[in-house]
Amino acid sequence: MAHGARDGWAERGPSGPRRRRESGNVVIAVQHLSENWYLAFAAILFSVGAVGLLVRRNVLVMFMCVELMLNAVNVTFVAFSRALNDISGQAIVFFVLVVAAAEVAVGLAIIVAIFRRRRSGATADDIDLLRG
Amino acid sequence: MIAIAAPRVDWYSIAPVVILVATGLIIVLFKAIARNRVRTYEPALVVGMMGLAAGAFFLMKQWSMVVDGGPSDAVAHMIALDGFSVFVGVVVVVSAILMLLLSTDYLAEHRIESRPEYVALVLFSAAGMLMMAGANDLIVVFVALEVLSIPLYVLAAYDRTRARSLEAGIKYFVLGAFSSAILLYGVALTYGATGTTSLAGIQNFLSTNVLVHEGTLIAGMVLLLVGLAFKIGAVPFHMWTPDVYEGAPSPVTAFMASATKVAGFAVLIRILYTALPQYSTDWRQLLFALAALTLLGGSIGALLQTDLKRLLAYSSIAHAGYILIGVQAGTVKGVQSALVYLFIYAFMTIGAFAIVVALGGRDDLHSIADLRTYGRRRPVIAALLAFFLLAQAGIPPTAGFIAKLGVFGAAAQAHSYALLIVGVVTSVIAAFFYLKVILTMYAAEDDGGATDDTCEPATEGVVARPSLGLPVATVLVVCVAMTIWIGVLPTIIIDFARDASLII
Repeated sequence: MAHGARDGWAERGPSGPRRRRESGNVVIAVQHLSENWYLAFAAILFSVGAVGLLVRRNVLVMFMCVELMLNAVNVTFVAFSRALNDISGQAIVFFVLVVAAAEVAVGLAIIVAIFRRRRSGATADDIDLLRG
Repeated sequence: MIAIAAPRVDWYSIAPVVILVATGLIIVLFKAIARNRVRTYEPALVVGMMGLAAGAFFLMKQWSMVVDGGPSDAVAHMIALDGFSVFVGVVVVVSAILMLLLSTDYLAEHRIESRPEYVALVLFSAAGMLMMAGANDLIVVFVALEVLSIPLYVLAAYDRTRARSLEAGIKYFVLGAFSSAILLYGVALTYGATGTTSLAGIQNFLSTNVLVHEGTLIAGMVLLLVGLAFKIGAVPFHMWTPDVYEGAPSPVTAFMASATKVAGFAVLIRILYTALPQYSTDWRQLLFALAALTLLGGSIGALLQTDLKRLLAYSSIAHAGYILIGVQAGTVKGVQSALVYLFIYAFMTIGAFAIVVALGGRDDLHSIADLRTYGRRRPVIAALLAFFLLAQAGIPPTAGFIAKLGVFGAAAQAHSYALLIVGVVTSVIAAFFYLKVILTMYAAEDDGGATDDTCEPATEGVVARPSLGLPVATVLVVCVAMTIWIGVLPTIIIDFARDASLII
């Protein structure tokens, strides 16, 4: 796909003005993709993360699912930010990134502590002393 | 060159948060500089207590400021300063002080490494809770929620040598992160529907516009509610509570059960009442279901428990149900009764977990059957445990009665009679399991001699404690005094809560 596009550029390469106009068209084509597609994509990503967190037994994979959920929310924020023409949605993404980084640092530290204590593995099935 | 206008920061309004964070940082720096050359825990504890006292002092200053000048906000309307935030802040700071008092003896007795970082983590978490009490913007709600949660994940797993503590930490972490992500998605959808994350801005938008497609906002509101329901341990989302409360070190559990729940309810009330009053018919229905399920789930779950700490965990779930009755009312009286309940609940819960600390024992496991001889062997502890359980059951001369009366009154005023009936029925169920514990302690004296011998091996390996340590005794005295005082003279706290909830 990307290769084909590059070929297209090479074809139109020699004529400068035309190339600019073409590139402008390409950008407009992307803008025609409405925000709803991004929102739907984010919703699917979020659901994948949520379901993954609930069904997977490996704690590390569960962590990745949490990251997936947070990043799905980031996509939602950016999509809304563009739809509303309001910058604050994009600023929020930075807060989320920082918080996610801090969260992962703490979570991995807890996993390492568990690994040190019991080298058998870190699946959720091994963590079963407390049964709610 | 683009000039960016920084918002004017009113330091006075955010002084308690700044003080707690600064004190925590000083403690961490002190540890880094001192290394292991000197004892670091005790100085850190003293500094931490001073920080909390300074925070409480500034909260008092803020209270007089709010009473004189009315509510205000700071840092570009992100942080609200009103009676509500001060009220919640006071409960949080007092819980943190009591929790640190409980910790010293507990850490020593269970041979847990007492590091200054423990104190710093408590301070950071308390700072997050204070932020949460004043959060006036959904993104501040999210950041505050994480600032309070991340130190708690570490504290729950603090006893690194014990598998139960680590397990509590990882469970709390995974479900906490899950609920934060859900809450954040709710924030994103609310932002998409209204174009702002400011609570006042959302209310303003909804009062001047009629949404053609309400779906996004309703979905956002539901996700916000679900995220917060996880934090306060309401029933379909409560499954982490008993495990984490059981596995975490008992002082940490006391802190989680009191202060975290108070902060979670504070932000729930603020979002629903200041941002979404136009949708009160919708969220009142959701809270109705949540409250009824929480009351039934908490009470019936508690009936099935055989361990004291788990019983207290389920009873704290049931208490969340009673507080939700107050929130569900949707009136000023409802908020007032919820605040009174939270205040009283904090002392009853910390008192009950202080008893768990005082009981000692390996892994904090106290099967209720093991309590059989305590009425005779440790009469003071048994009497105090009986007192706190009776208070939680809502027996008249104690504060628990005032708390329940308040939320039931608010429900009756709001015509939520079905919820009122559920509340009364679950109160009866709750009284049953609280009384069961008390009867176990006092009734089975006959076979006391036999159980004494069978009991001893279970508590072997723990330092014998003939008497209570001074800090734990102080916590118990404070909690008992507050529980009786509010029970006998409730007007002071009810007026305090009324002033706090009117200004919201």
